Amino acid sequence: MIKAEQKPIEEILQSIKSYEKVLLAGCGACVTVCQAGGEKEVELLASALRMARSKRGRPLEVMEATPVRQCEPEFATELSETVEKVEAVLSLACGVGVQTLARHFPKTPVFPGVNTTFLGETVTHGIWEERCQACGNCILERTGGICPIARCAKQLFNGPCGGSSKGKCEIKKEADCAWQLIYDRLNALGQLYRMEEIIPARRWGVESRDSGLRRIVREDLKV
Amino acid sequence: MKAGSNLEKILLKGLFAVTGELGPPKGNEVSVIKRKADLLRGYVDAVNVTDNQTAIVRMSSIATASLLLQMDVEPVMQMTTRDRNRIAIQSDLFGATALGIKNMLCLTGDHHTFGNQVDSKNVHDLDSIQLIDCVRTMRDQGTLLGGEEKIEGEVKLFIGAAENPFGDPFEFRAIRLAKKANAGVDFIQTQCIYDMKRFKDWMKMVRDRGLHEKVHILAGVTPLKSGGMARYMAKNVSGIIIPDEIIDRIVKAKKPAEEGIKLCVEQIQELREIEGVHGVHIMAIEWEQMTSQITEMAGLLPRPKID
Repeated sequence: MIKAEQKPIEEILQSIKSYEKVLLAGCGACVTVCQAGGEKEVELLASALRMARSKRGRPLEVMEATPVRQCEPEFATELSETVEKVEAVLSLACGVGVQTLARHFPKTPVFPGVNTTFLGETVTHGIWEERCQACGNCILERTGGICPIARCAKQLFNGPCGGSSKGKCEIKKEADCAWQLIYDRLNALGQLYRMEEIIPARRWGVESRDSGLRRIVREDLKV
Repeated sequence: MKAGSNLEKILLKGLFAVTGELGPPKGNEVSVIKRKADLLRGYVDAVNVTDNQTAIVRMSSIATASLLLQMDVEPVMQMTTRDRNRIAIQSDLFGATALGIKNMLCLTGDHHTFGNQVDSKNVHDLDSIQLIDCVRTMRDQGTLLGGEEKIEGEVKLFIGAAENPFGDPFEFRAIRLAKKANAGVDFIQTQCIYDMKRFKDWMKMVRDRGLHEKVHILAGVTPLKSGGMARYMAKNVSGIIIPDEIIDRIVKAKKPAEEGIKLCVEQIQELREIEGVHGVHIMAIEWEQMTSQITEMAGLLPRPKID
């Protein structure tokens, strides 16, 4: 799922400093799971913002709403009446949700309240790690189900660099070397031959964001 | 003959090659290059010119290598994939070969967060193995990577790469060399060797795969200046292993620097006896003045002259 972290409160206060009435919009999907922008976080941040502004002698009225998913037009529409009543929206959804609201409400400024960080996995309670960069052409079948694009600091395709030591990455000592993980897993699967094959230069320009906005069109689903 | 460099000629003749290393200045001070060139000329067959090593901004390896040619020192131009995409890489190779550079070393490069521009965005459009393949395609097919487009002129390069027998997983390190050989590498230089047993074990795996007959292998050495340096490298540089007895020897020596040189000479002599080792790469980092003494003591002088 998409992972996010709440921005520092001072940064949030700065972005909405000229308004007196805002909507704080959470999202019931990914950011609820990683506890950065769900209903609970909306409630906590709303009181923190109210308190901070009261202390500064400029009270802030904060309305709260947490649609099921901010990134879907029909759920964004649910917010229309509330948005009419405020000067600005502070969104705790990922960057997609922020943009969906901005597209829906052309007359109302929408500010991000979280930094969208990565597509990741819950390693254990309270720890999440990046797993996918949505690069557009999955090679996980060649790398034992472990992605070197998302997990190797140099995005190497053909095995570990010289800095892989005792299973760890030289860039971040707490991080496992992705290629050590790949080696161990392919070894366990009896598929080490895959490590001998050269993975050729990637077609970034065709498959990735580097060729411009990516879009999926499914004729069978269009109305 | 692929590029006709001095290094290539020496290796093709089966002579024991010696390469050195030169770090470009952190600026445009040409006198720094001249001083280092004077310390290396005649003692080695070619000199590696590092490409912003440890991600510290320095004069470009192409410009430095070109200046070395004017100073009558043969360069091995290092090129990393950290800072260039394939457009810049191929363009720079046109430029480098036009300037007369004949040897290059294909590297992924030290991660940018180690250097003095930690906020930059790294590139890694290719990795080092894909870079080798790219250069070979340019040289042997006469085309750009992934295209039929013919190159105007010839990109004649003797293609090198690095390999680190001290990185993990150890069992993969010979496979990695095999991949580089398949991608088209002509010679490799290893990370600096202190753990002789591990290096010999690696060389055995290399020979078992017949790689020593496909690729010229130059064993890397770095003289230790002091006990502090030995301890620091052992503790902090990933992919370098320094056994305790070597650290002890330098730490306990009355004159650690002299002991470091002596040790380096002994290492070269031991490496020379290993089947499949075709030369040594002496990385006397910011200690270039020792290269003459090391090569003299190791019996590597005079360097052969080949026309």
